[in-house]
Amino acid sequence: MKLSSHLPPARNLIIAVPWFWLALFFLLPFLFVLKISLSEPVLAQPPYMDLIREIEDGFVTIVVNFSNYQMLLEDSLYLSALLGSLKIATLSTLFCLLIGYPMAYAIARSPAHWRLPLLMLIILPFWTSFLIRIYAWIGILKGNGLLNNLLMGLGLIDSPLEIMHTPIAVYIGVVYNYLPFVVLPLYATLIRLDLTLLEAAADLGCRPWKQFLLITLPLSMPGVLAGAMLVFIPVMGEFVIPDLLGGPNTLMLGKLMWTEFFSNKDWPLASSLAALLLLALIIPFVLLRHFERRAEEAAT
Amino acid sequence: MTNVRQFKPEEPWQAPEGEPIVRIDNVTKRFGAFYAVDDISLNIHQGEFFSLLGSSGCGKTTLLRMLAGFETPTSGHIYIDGQDVTNIPAYERPVNMMFQSYALFPHMNVADNIAFGLKQEGMPRAEREARVAEMLALVQIEPLAKRKPHQLSGGQRQRVALARALAKHPKILLLDEPLGALDKKLREQTQFELVNIQERLGITFIVVTHDQEEAMTMSSRIALMHEGRIEQVDPPRRLYEFPSTRYAAGFIGSVNLFDGYVIQQDDDQVLIQCDEADSQLLVRHSQPLIPGMEVTVALRPEKIRVLNRLEEEAPNQLRGQIKEIAYLGDVSIYHVELPGGKRVQFTQSNIQALAEQPLTWDEEILLGWSANSCGVLTE
Repeated sequence: MKLSSHLPPARNLIIAVPWFWLALFFLLPFLFVLKISLSEPVLAQPPYMDLIREIEDGFVTIVVNFSNYQMLLEDSLYLSALLGSLKIATLSTLFCLLIGYPMAYAIARSPAHWRLPLLMLIILPFWTSFLIRIYAWIGILKGNGLLNNLLMGLGLIDSPLEIMHTPIAVYIGVVYNYLPFVVLPLYATLIRLDLTLLEAAADLGCRPWKQFLLITLPLSMPGVLAGAMLVFIPVMGEFVIPDLLGGPNTLMLGKLMWTEFFSNKDWPLASSLAALLLLALIIPFVLLRHFERRAEEAAT
Repeated sequence: MTNVRQFKPEEPWQAPEGEPIVRIDNVTKRFGAFYAVDDISLNIHQGEFFSLLGSSGCGKTTLLRMLAGFETPTSGHIYIDGQDVTNIPAYERPVNMMFQSYALFPHMNVADNIAFGLKQEGMPRAEREARVAEMLALVQIEPLAKRKPHQLSGGQRQRVALARALAKHPKILLLDEPLGALDKKLREQTQFELVNIQERLGITFIVVTHDQEEAMTMSSRIALMHEGRIEQVDPPRRLYEFPSTRYAAGFIGSVNLFDGYVIQQDDDQVLIQCDEADSQLLVRHSQPLIPGMEVTVALRPEKIRVLNRLEEEAPNQLRGQIKEIAYLGDVSIYHVELPGGKRVQFTQSNIQALAEQPLTWDEEILLGWSANSCGVLTE
């Protein structure tokens, strides 16, 4: 049965807007990328061969070329870039959650008149350009930067710490930049938590730290998941932060894509990388959703 | 009003040597300059179904929350079963609470909700499961064990909340407006069940309610609270028949109040001159009063009868004119205006009203009552 036939037309219209938006600015460009990923690279402008070629007399052939994907699978560089991205995305997400959860918790539990100013402090960095903030970190982390000068001035270290152009700098940059994306959804779930549930738990003999483990944490999982996704997905394809803060041996998909696309002018290979990245991101979430639904159905 | 208890409850509060299960000793709770609970002392005994009754803001919920351990008294002490629990946290008190919102854990199914407290005390699995089954049977929700709270109706949730609070076999069960969220039909039915469960388990119940009918129906004793203080503590019948303050008389049921002064005090009765009713009122009353003292006489509307003729020189008689009649199905309420302008309310069951000559608007009638059926209020 078609659901839309039961809906009033005005509602259909409203739902149509985001669908249209997604189709125009997400699905269509993705189809272009998919098309390019299946073509062959040539020295031309644009630097790929069209899939549809007219041979003669109106005969048309479609040439599909999987060699780009084959190359991705055969050359270990791409696999290690994928693993590198996965590692950085996973660890950064974890760090963001570990730092962001206590922050969100503290804001949600602070007196009502403090909450808005504290949230503003979380959002404030967004008022400065992303690039300027990353450049600022270069100034802080570099050999004779703010941090090293401070530590040496205090006599804590003798020679500058090498942080710039290491994975540590990338983690610092990523965690700093994505922290608000974890704090805000977590705050939204924690502020809605019914505090009587904690009283009920205490009443039934549950100590404060167990109240957190058994009640607060499970009930804030939607916020944890939302925050984790908001960090994990963009960091998987992150290019700017590893490029500016990381060294030459920081291998990530986003950086590789940039190199293939702009330096090597290999659009088809870069496109196949992009398509693979999307698949790598979508499949886990589709599976997760599927199992969630199964679990819900099993409960009823 | 009816009390659903099938047998006359023992009256442990009459035995002074029995140690009360709850002893509240001069407890005050202040929020800033506001006294939510103002120097309350109260004893509650094992097996009681005790109600804290009052309108919102009277401090009844604050008092309950102090018993549960969610609030600490500003001063005073609370003893449970002889132990001073004033500074003991909620998770170590031998009491459990049924919350007004039920506060069921939304991510756990019914059985896990009920088992929660048992897990906290480390009860072995087999024993725990047996206890959960026993609780499910007690509140008759066995088929719902695997449901999540959001899949339950309001009445079913209420039962889960009750089962969860009873699972640990607490010494005292605290209930915060236990029937408040149910519709009227279900509420009446659940009142009986709650009393049955309480009698079967023998656990002391302390209930907070703003619903006087609910308190009257279920309680062994009621503490009527007003502005952080206790107005009166008595069994429902006593509270209704012999209110001790104007507030108590007005809060429970309806009442006619006559202001006057004592003109004669005998052994077992007192004669009061009431100028606003232009009449003398005779009250049987054991409390000693001094002639000339200003008092108030409380008279319930259902205690007033319609008289056929005026008895010369007899007290407790009023002449008036019917101004309003409200038909309520089982009874009718009449508003009678006295010559001085004061209005008196009386009720008549309709079986009686229809049998006799029906009373109509503007009819001049005579009202009377016995000296046993009214009381004197001194404050």
